[in-house]
Amino acid sequence: MISELTRGERRLALAVLTAVATFGLALAIAGRGDILAVHGGLIMASAVILMFFVIAGFYAPEPGEERLAQYYDTPTKAGVVLAMIWGVIGMGVGDWVAWLLVYPDMTFDAAWASFGRLRPVHTSGVIFGFGGNALIATSFHVLQRTSRARLPDQFSPWFVLVGYNLFCLIAASGYLLGITQSKEYAEPEWYADLWLVVVWVVYFSIYLRTLMRRQEPHIYVANWYYMAFILVVAILHIVNNLAVPISFGSAKSYSAFSGVQDAMTQWWYGHNAVAFFLTAGFLGMMYYYLPKRAGRPVFSYRMSILGFWGITFMYMWAGSHHLHYTALPQWVQTLGMTFSIMLIVPSWMAAANALLTLNGAWHKVRDDATLRFMMLAAVFYGLSTFEGSFMSIRAVNSLSHYTDWTVGHVHAGALGWVALITFGSIYAVVPWVWKRPAMYSNKLVEVHFWLSLAGTLVYVFAMWNSGIIQGLMWRTYNEGGTLAYSFIDSLVAMRPYYIARAIGGLLFVIGAVVGLYNVWMTIREASAERADAPDAPVVPALARSLQAGE
Amino acid sequence: MFGIHQKLERNAIGFVVAIIVVSSIGGFMEIAPLFTIDETVEEAPDMRVYTPLELAGRNIYIREGCYACHSQMIRTLRDEVERYGPYSLAVESKYDHPMLWGSKRTGPDLARIGGKYSDAWHVAHLINPRDVVPESIMPAYRWLAETPLKVNDLSDHLAAQRVVGVPYTDEMIANATADAYGQAMPDGPFAAGVTARYGEATNVRAFDGKPERVSEMDALVAYLQVLGRLTDAAHQQTASTEGAKP
Repeated sequence: MISELTRGERRLALAVLTAVATFGLALAIAGRGDILAVHGGLIMASAVILMFFVIAGFYAPEPGEERLAQYYDTPTKAGVVLAMIWGVIGMGVGDWVAWLLVYPDMTFDAAWASFGRLRPVHTSGVIFGFGGNALIATSFHVLQRTSRARLPDQFSPWFVLVGYNLFCLIAASGYLLGITQSKEYAEPEWYADLWLVVVWVVYFSIYLRTLMRRQEPHIYVANWYYMAFILVVAILHIVNNLAVPISFGSAKSYSAFSGVQDAMTQWWYGHNAVAFFLTAGFLGMMYYYLPKRAGRPVFSYRMSILGFWGITFMYMWAGSHHLHYTALPQWVQTLGMTFSIMLIVPSWMAAANALLTLNGAWHKVRDDATLRFMMLAAVFYGLSTFEGSFMSIRAVNSLSHYTDWTVGHVHAGALGWVALITFGSIYAVVPWVWKRPAMYSNKLVEVHFWLSLAGTLVYVFAMWNSGIIQGLMWRTYNEGGTLAYSFIDSLVAMRPYYIARAIGGLLFVIGAVVGLYNVWMTIREASAERADAPDAPVVPALARSLQAGE
Repeated sequence: MFGIHQKLERNAIGFVVAIIVVSSIGGFMEIAPLFTIDETVEEAPDMRVYTPLELAGRNIYIREGCYACHSQMIRTLRDEVERYGPYSLAVESKYDHPMLWGSKRTGPDLARIGGKYSDAWHVAHLINPRDVVPESIMPAYRWLAETPLKVNDLSDHLAAQRVVGVPYTDEMIANATADAYGQAMPDGPFAAGVTARYGEATNVRAFDGKPERVSEMDALVAYLQVLGRLTDAAHQQTASTEGAKP
């Protein structure tokens, strides 16, 4: 990794790591007596460990000019592995908290092990850890291929990847320690949020600098989506996280917004985290890896355009459907509902464009589990966007809101769409960047596929049942005109579904573990082959460094 | 139209600007007016701010992720009003930075939990929910009763709250720590200051049953007991709509 950086980049890396370590030290000192000190120490320790790596490799031979004739895929490789590891952790914690709802005393009397603290580890672990790393890894890969240009340098992709994972680490460890803003899917505190802004600016600059040097006249549709993901997530993140820390020596901050304005801002963020983190970027993946794997051109250029701009424009209005019948003014609720219903058009355009692309390649879908992952993802994308539009209708929402139906809907999207398109893309990209003819085992891809599908179906059906039963029990009246069920009655009725959900989740987690193993074995095969191949001294590099020294 | 797009997708900067413009419209149209239209938040002259102890309790509620399973937003639906009480008004969370309306009811709504159960019930329930509600699946929070509350930085908390718009006075900020002690130690020297600054209706009690010290349990129960009780506006609103019926 270090040997791929130029000497100047190694110096830059040391300078940046020194700055980060100093920042961590400053936080630790300012936050002594507060829990912030733990995170200050964590940041400093991470930077110092990385400094050792850079120093150890500092005098390794520099990469030659021939690197510029190749795509730079090492950050993609690292990102794929990180995504799979975060996936297993995030999904595993998710299944753990699912069992907590069945056996609530599995907390060992420890604060960190209670549902409220573990749940954001699950949500952030899968959304940011698994999804985010997969997006960063695939975006670097797709960007270079569709632009026919190498990444602008070797240092900034590593800065983005490592910096982003530091953010994820601060987030997850913070929840366990009790550090949270309580804003759903934006729980990390002010210092983590500021750090993510820095990482994001560099990420965007990589995108722009590569596009500027592209050898293709047109920017490919996958890149539109990746760019929308980067840009809009930046807007959402900055606005929703505006807050005032109680001091620079404390992890705690107070949101700039309160009450109804805060609710609207939060769900404008929350729903568009779904749209631009969990949809746009993954549509970028779909628009590249699905046609590639199928060996078919994208079905319709015009549908790509209409779908993209429809999603970019309309999603930003839809957040208020999370607040039907609340203290939010009704005109905003109605606007949110209207745009949510209209969203079905661009969403289905994207889903249909993917499925119609497969025309002429359906025999491959039958034979190739990787392509089948992506096909099924497009199907679930269509299903869950339909369900989303349906649930945003005020009358439907009066039943579904606050119930497990919402949880089921989210997981139809998160498992069925986001995770499946990611696994499909990872199975496509891993042999590609490690220069292998195929994955270590196609059988295991097949096993993973069926585990994922079974897990998703069990999960979603359990939550549909529990959610609708819950909603109906809460609003059922006796003949005498009083409420028929106490809240605890509805809770008792949930138990079989919570067990079923936890089992469905377990199947999905096992699938992810199988996937991680398969990726790992593919990498081992690749490195074993490399180790076999050259039985000769590395003369060219030696000769070049001698020349440089003359 | 598609011809224009062919030009646009050849220009990276143009495409970036187009994404920013197109995506910004929705949020701007929906969020900005909420700050400018007066009717968005009702008038409630009797609305009071959280005491330092209640604010600390609210922060424990946030820290433990209670909002993941409990909403604090009663919708304008008959069954919700009959189950939980008058529907929530915007003004009731006017000082909530951030709001805790929630999105899921694995447990019941808590917007009007204040005063419904005794302090002793809350303490027993938090120590082990299944002691008082056998079917409950809520986690036990035994350590709250044994953990002393961190009170030395409460002035900083109130000062930061004032920066974001909560009307704490200089006196409230200066006495934040003393007021936290005072509210949980009804017989101590600081109790009188709490009612003087936050009103006679403020609960001044040994919430966890142990008046000699201030625990995290004190703070959390103090917060739970004030939920829905910062203003009477919601009850008045319900009474006036009922009176208007023919």
